[in-house]
Amino acid sequence: MSDSPAVMHAETADSHHEHPAYQRHHFESVAQQFDATNFAMWLFLLTEVMFFGGLFTAYLIMRNWYYPAFVEASHQLNIGWGTANTGVLILSSFTMAMGVYNAHMRRKSGLVLCLILTFILGLGFLGIKSIEYTEKYEKHHIPGFHYSMSSFLNPASDPEVHNSYPDDKPLGLDMARHTELYFFLYFAMTGMHALHMIIGIAILGYLIVRAQAGDFTTGHITYIENFGLYWHFVDIIWIFLFPLLYLISRH
Amino acid sequence: MNFLSRENGLLSWLLTGDHKRIAILYLISITFFFFIGGALAGLIRLELLTPQSDLMASDTYNKVFTMHGIVMIFLFLVPSVPATLGNFFIPMMIGAKDLALPKINLLSWYLYVVGGILVIYTMVAGGVDTGWTFTTPLSTHYVNTNVMSTGMAIFIAGFSSIFTGLNFIVTIHKMRCPGMTWFRLPLFVWANYAASILMVLGTPVLAITIVLVALERKVGIGVFDPTKGGDPLLFQHLFWFYSHPAVYIMILPGMGVISETISTFSRKRVFGYTAVAFSSVAIAVFGFFVWAHHMFIMGISNYSMLVFSLLTMLVAVPSAIKIFNWTFTLYKGSITFETPMLYSFGFMGLFTIGGLTGVFLGTSGTDIHLTETYFIVAHFHFVMVGGMLMAFLAGIHFWWPKMTGRMYPEKISQLAAVVTFIGFNLTFFPQFILGTLGMPRRYAAYPPEFQILNVFSTAGATILGVGYLLPVIYLVWSLKYGEIAGNNPWQATGLEWQTQSPPLTENFVITPIMDHEAYDYDWLENQGVKEVASVG
Repeated sequence: MSDSPAVMHAETADSHHEHPAYQRHHFESVAQQFDATNFAMWLFLLTEVMFFGGLFTAYLIMRNWYYPAFVEASHQLNIGWGTANTGVLILSSFTMAMGVYNAHMRRKSGLVLCLILTFILGLGFLGIKSIEYTEKYEKHHIPGFHYSMSSFLNPASDPEVHNSYPDDKPLGLDMARHTELYFFLYFAMTGMHALHMIIGIAILGYLIVRAQAGDFTTGHITYIENFGLYWHFVDIIWIFLFPLLYLISRH
Repeated sequence: MNFLSRENGLLSWLLTGDHKRIAILYLISITFFFFIGGALAGLIRLELLTPQSDLMASDTYNKVFTMHGIVMIFLFLVPSVPATLGNFFIPMMIGAKDLALPKINLLSWYLYVVGGILVIYTMVAGGVDTGWTFTTPLSTHYVNTNVMSTGMAIFIAGFSSIFTGLNFIVTIHKMRCPGMTWFRLPLFVWANYAASILMVLGTPVLAITIVLVALERKVGIGVFDPTKGGDPLLFQHLFWFYSHPAVYIMILPGMGVISETISTFSRKRVFGYTAVAFSSVAIAVFGFFVWAHHMFIMGISNYSMLVFSLLTMLVAVPSAIKIFNWTFTLYKGSITFETPMLYSFGFMGLFTIGGLTGVFLGTSGTDIHLTETYFIVAHFHFVMVGGMLMAFLAGIHFWWPKMTGRMYPEKISQLAAVVTFIGFNLTFFPQFILGTLGMPRRYAAYPPEFQILNVFSTAGATILGVGYLLPVIYLVWSLKYGEIAGNNPWQATGLEWQTQSPPLTENFVITPIMDHEAYDYDWLENQGVKEVASVG
């Protein structure tokens, strides 16, 4: 009795031969597979929104409470590097979108080129970020690690920033101490973003190898599409971080 | 040939993509952690047998109740029904071959195991004594116990829960068989869908909160540190934004089980199917807007208290809708008293008490008197143990024949259900009284006048322990000696009962087509007539 379903199963198994190799066995069709995995990626991004949401909440509350400290601390950020990095990331989103387009068009060399460009731009972003982090290290603006408030107690002691923002008043000790909170949030938020970039770059490396082997130019676009969504999401997080940390209350 | 016998060897289990095998891996691991958590509870009750702190010192006691909470919440209650019964039966109930993302499903089990190992490491390394709530600045600045490893454990186990929830939502949206419309889904699927929404939206907030606590511990400064301008209340908001919805993650799937058993054993369609389905979603939605009722004594404003108090009352409405509809389902049904039904009755009574005392606590004035007393402890154990654990046992007994192909022994399991019910009430009902008399929670010692009620409670815990050990023994026994169950021993209507027991790896020989409503017992009887006709 228990044999008969198995026999019937063996017969129905024949019908699977008409499906492409990349279709997983438990899906009825390629379309269902694509729909399901794509939907899963969107849901994952939703969880990421909630994850970063905690940080944004903390930042907005603290910014409201300690407004003068946050404004003066934000003057320490290098707007030139920040803008350059925003450009690098937007460009990388463009190359990623072109990669998805090339995967749809089944052009292998185009896809590989776009992925490599995205990879390089991603590394470029991290490079610039590390220059900025080094600046903070040199000025003792890393919270909990020989943190120095001198730039805020006495703006004249920091001529570089003081020349750009001559209106910055010296902060009282109580308020100046809260600049450390700004930098805590700055490192937590950009650090968490950079971690997502590093993970993305690692996955990109894997995708480049697979793309080079021709795995994604036979109509199997799921991985490329979904990774594209992730990459754009990480980009959008930066699009919120950049104005919040660098730009608002600049003048 | 079935999913158990198809392949053999340890690797065929550890690398499986089959949702049914992963469910069984989960079942074994959560049972293991349940008994660890249970042993810790035993230590707590033993210490509270006498008014002095004599079995262990106060700081050891702090560690024991903290580890009890962490193990039971994150390693048992959160994954209990979804990761085992949900994993096993959601794809079968909707006529799918597997969950949408089998590899992610396996990954989520591995994440759970890593989280579990870290918790065991924490215990071996000396434990943690912050309470399961990690209250700052205690957890960030003042204790020297293993906060980091516990935080990491919960962070990782949290991702296990996120991936399970994500997988369920995708599966329920995209993998339903032809004819399986949303309003033909079994209510178990609706309940797990609602719980999955909470897992996906709530857990990441807990994750980032743990990251911030860990950073603050390492760096010595952070957003929760009041000496540097941070705000401990912010921690409470972020923590309870997850941890209040988490109680609905724990209870909703249990409510799903009860909808199945009540219908099956009264042989009636669930009364008010649509209302019960939407009440699950309503609990999920309201559940996100009541978190600050954990904070009434923490200095939030009177206006916040008013709003959160009102919202807390509102969330009682969909829970009541469920209880009323189950009761109406029983009305004029042909009720039988198999073990799953006994546990379900236990659930309905105990959950009602647990839920109503929740309304007392949602009233801000009463809460200020009762919070941090044993009243709270009794309240959430009525919901979590009296509610969820009863539902879990109801579900395990209900689906055991399908999972293993064998029946459990009916008489002894009915006895176990009754023993559990008696033991439970004896353990936790006295704690309501202790709470109203003012006995605070989280202390190893108490004034002598509270002893008699504590002795009742400890005695009850002993009986409860027997009630939980019995199923382990006879269920394992039944694997070999139980009666052969057949495909549909309960004559239930779900698609999972229309295939063989234990099921094939792909669940169904051909993709089923759903051509009737859920809980349609007329359809089932006609089905039987048709089969007889075709064989004849």
